Amino acid sequence: MTRISIDPVTRLEGHGKIEILLDEAGDVEHTYFQIPELRGFESFCVGRPVEDMPALTNRICGVCPEAHHMAAAKAADAVYGVTVPRAGRMLRELLYNAFYVTDHATHFYVLSGPDLIMGPDAPKAERNILGVIKKVGAEVGGKVIDARKAGHRVIEIIGGRRIHPCTGVPGGMTKAISEEERDEIKALADGMIEFGSFSLELFDSMLADEAIEEIVKGDLYTHRTYYSGLVDAADKVTFYDGQIKVVAPDGEVFGQYDPKDYRDWISEKVEPWTFLKFPYLKGVGWKGLVDGKDSGIYTVAPLGRLNVASGMATPRAQEAYEKYFATLSPDGTPVHSRGATHWARLIELMQAAETVQQLVNDPEITSRDVRAIPTEVPTEGVGTVEAPRGTLTHHYWTDENGVITRVNLIVGTTNNYGPIAMSVDKAARSLISKGTIVTEGLLDRIEMGFRAYDPCFGCATHTMPGQMPMLVTIRDKDGNPLKELRRD
Amino acid sequence: MTIQVAAPAEAEAKPRYKLAMYWASACGGCDVAVLNLGMKLIEFTERWEPVFWPAAMDGKRADVRAMDDGEIDVCLFDGGIRTDEDAEMAHLLRAKSKVLVAFGSCASEGCIPGLANQRSIEHVLAAAYDPELNDVTDGQVPNGPWESPYGELHLPTLQVRLQTLAQVVDIDYSVPGCPPETERIAEVLGAVTAALDGTGPLPPKGAVLGAGTSTVCDECKRERGVKSIKEFKRIQTLAEVDPDLCLLEQGLPCCGPAARDGCGAKCPAAGAPCIGCYGATQGVNDFGARLLSAYASVVDASEPEEIERILAGLPDTVGQFYRFSLAASLLHGGRS
Repeated sequence: MTRISIDPVTRLEGHGKIEILLDEAGDVEHTYFQIPELRGFESFCVGRPVEDMPALTNRICGVCPEAHHMAAAKAADAVYGVTVPRAGRMLRELLYNAFYVTDHATHFYVLSGPDLIMGPDAPKAERNILGVIKKVGAEVGGKVIDARKAGHRVIEIIGGRRIHPCTGVPGGMTKAISEEERDEIKALADGMIEFGSFSLELFDSMLADEAIEEIVKGDLYTHRTYYSGLVDAADKVTFYDGQIKVVAPDGEVFGQYDPKDYRDWISEKVEPWTFLKFPYLKGVGWKGLVDGKDSGIYTVAPLGRLNVASGMATPRAQEAYEKYFATLSPDGTPVHSRGATHWARLIELMQAAETVQQLVNDPEITSRDVRAIPTEVPTEGVGTVEAPRGTLTHHYWTDENGVITRVNLIVGTTNNYGPIAMSVDKAARSLISKGTIVTEGLLDRIEMGFRAYDPCFGCATHTMPGQMPMLVTIRDKDGNPLKELRRD
Repeated sequence: MTIQVAAPAEAEAKPRYKLAMYWASACGGCDVAVLNLGMKLIEFTERWEPVFWPAAMDGKRADVRAMDDGEIDVCLFDGGIRTDEDAEMAHLLRAKSKVLVAFGSCASEGCIPGLANQRSIEHVLAAAYDPELNDVTDGQVPNGPWESPYGELHLPTLQVRLQTLAQVVDIDYSVPGCPPETERIAEVLGAVTAALDGTGPLPPKGAVLGAGTSTVCDECKRERGVKSIKEFKRIQTLAEVDPDLCLLEQGLPCCGPAARDGCGAKCPAAGAPCIGCYGATQGVNDFGARLLSAYASVVDASEPEEIERILAGLPDTVGQFYRFSLAASLLHGGRS
């Protein structure tokens, strides 16, 4: 038995590891993608007052604390059965959409940009954000920095801090915004929309490149899975609140449910070789890491959200959505190529920017009525949002004093753990055959597979999304290293 | 993001120091706070060569192993010590670094994940892989190496307790905060550069950098008046939070009196009580003991029943008094 260990040494250092086992003929027998960390939030949140949860669960992830803060605040609302006043809810959504602009911009330009804008065959030394800026111009670099800053500023105004916001409480928000703050956000929103238009146009021009087209439409990362994501009452993509809609690989609607009923719909498979769990659709069942209509594995995040919804909630994003489907799947059935996620992400960025503008122009946004006082006895509640990297669910049970007795968390990237593991396996199989290992492309392809998902093991465990230099050791059957490959 | 380092613009040969940043069991927020330096970060790279920083650039554990002892000038170590692998990296980076800094709350005092020390590791695993909420086969849950049909797969083992960096290796300094404020990080890097250049004072070993020596109350803009409270209140029960008055005096369990200043008192400014993420203030070993004495001095009661009633307003004493510092506290957490 030959064993190939891929110890991703940089952004998954010690926190993500791939083992590829070959059979006697030299073909891939089995691939293990392991997540080797657990901090135990489900345990130590027990005994805490429910109003502490937005602050405690922020610390699951410093990359997307806003998503945990919102899911926790919504779960706490649900525990008390309290409805947040309209202005409070709008503030949460405003913060959340600004966060989407920042987060999606970071992923597209800083993390995936090097692959896409420079092209997958560009020299390694140029495949970084500085290479991107050099190619597209310093002006564009400035736009990216400004867009990220704008998002952070809105988060700080509404959330109190740039990292780990503090203003979400059961029933609403601790503070309203002033008219001066509203005016500041208004100006930032205009810039966000310009940035969204610019990014979509840039992507259009990139699609003319055959290599990019291959990434977006190619077969290497195509998995025909189920898709899942939140939709609003009009069946459009939404981030803060909605119902969960699931479609089958052929596009047929599998079901739609209120997020609080998630346990009727999904379960999480525990494997003894990795700390992360594999969610799957209960109604289909766990068949292992395989795709198709008989396997309960589903895909979330931008690809999943655009596949389940019938459109975008805002006009400019809708226009881009129509172009996306006309190009990739004219009959409107799901887009299965993982590379399309990059395009879907920019369409979502535009929706988020337009939503920021809509919300900040609402006359009620500066209302002081941002919090309702709960009157019900606290019991149990589920809070679900779409995190940039997938559906995020917080489920709390409390005693009659609002103290946590049990917690269940299903974070964004975790939903995609199965598909990511499948992409890793597929990349390995495409390059390893009858004992011949195409060493050249192996690391590149595995890495690009990861990037499309934008996996945030900061959520799932703790590691940041992004470029993944790796060290691959190929050993003989006695474990002696035969060959070592590095990707710097 | 790959940080590419430009050669110093002028050839006046100021030394360029080697910087490492590593995350053990962390959320990534400390690294994001450093990345948020933006253009300043690029300026710092004129004097600092990042030689190992998994969050932001290429680099491998093997590269660190290959370094000479003390080759790294300064290592910012964030995250707590949760697994055997975290401990291994702490020892490795200690050996390779002249100056080792416990960076952020996790490394300094255990932070929120340190609350896991209140219960056993069995509870951690049982809650994470609760068979009622998950699909568990034959009670098999992950922790440590596993024998696959194809040979053993390595998985780290969770330690009985989460430890701070200083509980595992000798440290030189700490930088508090969850995460440290970006402006404070810039000041720390500036001060450390000056110290190494010999143009500024070298802080004494064990010093807390990037924070003040007073309390969050001292930098909080809210007004303090009545000085006494008759009950603790939970924020969701308070119809009105006065925008200008001290939150503790309104009955909210604010950690300001015990917490070190340096954050800018942003949470109280936003109407949320301080949760104590900057750790205990100067000269205080135990955050909870300090906060308890501060509360005792504002609670207006003398009868035991009255005191009991007031304290019952705090439903989670461990979390209230040791939210960020349980792992570092005199209690050390710890049921095993």
